[in-house]
Parts: sequence; structure tokens; C-alpha cells
Amino acid sequence: MVYLTRNEHFNAAHKLYNPAWTREKNDEVFGKCANENWHGHNYDLFVTVKGAPDPDTGFVFDVKKLSDIIKRHVIEKLDHRNLNVDVDFMRDKFCSTENLAMGIWNELLPHLPARVKLHCIKLYETPRIYVEYFGE
Amino acid sequence: MSRVAVFRKEHFNAAHRLFNPDWDDALNEQVFGKCALPNYHGHNYELEVKVTGEPDPRTGFVMDLKLLSDLVRREVHSRFDHKNLNLDTEEFRNLNPTAENIAKVIYGLLRPHIAQEKDLQVRLYETPRNFVEYPA
Repeated sequence: MVYLTRNEHFNAAHKLYNPAWTREKNDEVFGKCANENWHGHNYDLFVTVKGAPDPDTGFVFDVKKLSDIIKRHVIEKLDHRNLNVDVDFMRDKFCSTENLAMGIWNELLPHLPARVKLHCIKLYETPRIYVEYFGE
Repeated sequence: MSRVAVFRKEHFNAAHRLFNPDWDDALNEQVFGKCALPNYHGHNYELEVKVTGEPDPRTGFVMDLKLLSDLVRREVHSRFDHKNLNLDTEEFRNLNPTAENIAKVIYGLLRPHIAQEKDLQVRLYETPRNFVEYPA
């Protein structure tokens, strides 16, 4: 079993806000992240798949194809967008990095060939904050 | 002459969009591409502030970097961090918040607070791959 990772990036606006709470409660829990007019990040995305190298190519998966899948199904939906407003798979969800990583997992899963398994979505919100989701 | 340059790195994140209000949507999109999308996007901005001068013979400092850090936090971070540059800041209400313009604004905010005989330069990273310097 070999683990193969592709790194892609996008940037987006978002805010953290629970509509069931008052403004004061949102400020208390989410601090500056609840700013009504949004803020934003450069997100750095690492997608890891696992599998046995193909005996004919030596590849777990053609990484160019992996890149194309990520770009088509994730980056095009997220890049230069407002996560709360513009992104179909984040509608009615809190736009935390945790939920975004889970959303990206769900978007990619149907598009990967059967012989590789999605292993991890690692998503950096800032150079100092990241989450990992392993699908469980 | 024994001039030395000292640097302080700080960071903030913000939402913005690039557009010229004198142009129609089509021209804005043609010139600014995805950066003109109406619901904003965002970045992790990394700021490097450079102060150049002769070290003070009493302290050995060109400038106390703790004081420089406090200054950047007071003048830059408090204005721009977790904000929408177009909507939430006086500085960019009528100025397109390109990295170039943000760097010039930051220079203008810091310059009055740094001793006249020191040189000041700011480098601003909008993404890990796009950055600007002012003065050039």
C-alpha cells in the first residue's frame, strides 16, 4: 500500500455564524470570525489516496488525473468564492474548516476510480491551522 | 556607515474583491477575472516590515522589534484583520484593495511612527506566490 498526495490551493471568503444565535452570542463564540461582512483565507488542500502501484505504470494513480479531478470538482467551486453564499455543497452548513474538509471528501469520493481509496483530506485554513479528515 | 535592516513579520486575513466602480460588470470581469466576483473572496496576508538604519550605540537596536510588532498590530492588524477590506475599512472605501494599494496604505500608516532617519519598506504577500513591495 502506497499513499499518494496531491496539493492544490484556493482562496475564499467566509464567516462563522450560527443563525439560531444572537449577534452577541456569535461574537462571544466565534470572535472576529463572525464579522458580518466576511473575512477570508488562502486555503491549502492536500488530498491523499492509497493503493497498490499499478504493475504497468508504477503509479498508485496518475497524479495529473487526480489533480484534474480535484480542480474540476472542488477548486472550481471554491476558488475566489464566498463559502457561505456561493458553494452548493456548503449550503446550510457552518463554514468551519472541519466541515469544509468533510464536504471536500464527499465531493471527491464518487469521482475516484475503484482501485484507489481516498485516505485523507488535509486542509490548511492558515499556515498555522489545519484539519485532517479520514472519512470516519 | 553601518546600516542594518531589521524585519518583523505579522499576518492578518481579510475578504475583498477587485473592481472599478466606473466600469460595468463585463469590463471588471475582463480585467479582474475571478477577483471581481460579487460575493468577495479572501486571503491570508503575510506582512514583512523592514526598517533600516544605524544601530543605536546604547542599545544595539536599529529599532526595538517588540515596539515595531506593537505598532504593526495597532496600526494594521486592528484595522484589517478578519475584515472585509471593501466594506469595513475607511482606507479602501474608495480605493481598489489590490496588494499594491494595501502595501502603500500600510506604509502610510506606519511611516509617521518610525524615526525619520530610518528607512521603511513593506513587503506584502497576498498568497504564498503573489507579493509586492513598497517603496520599490
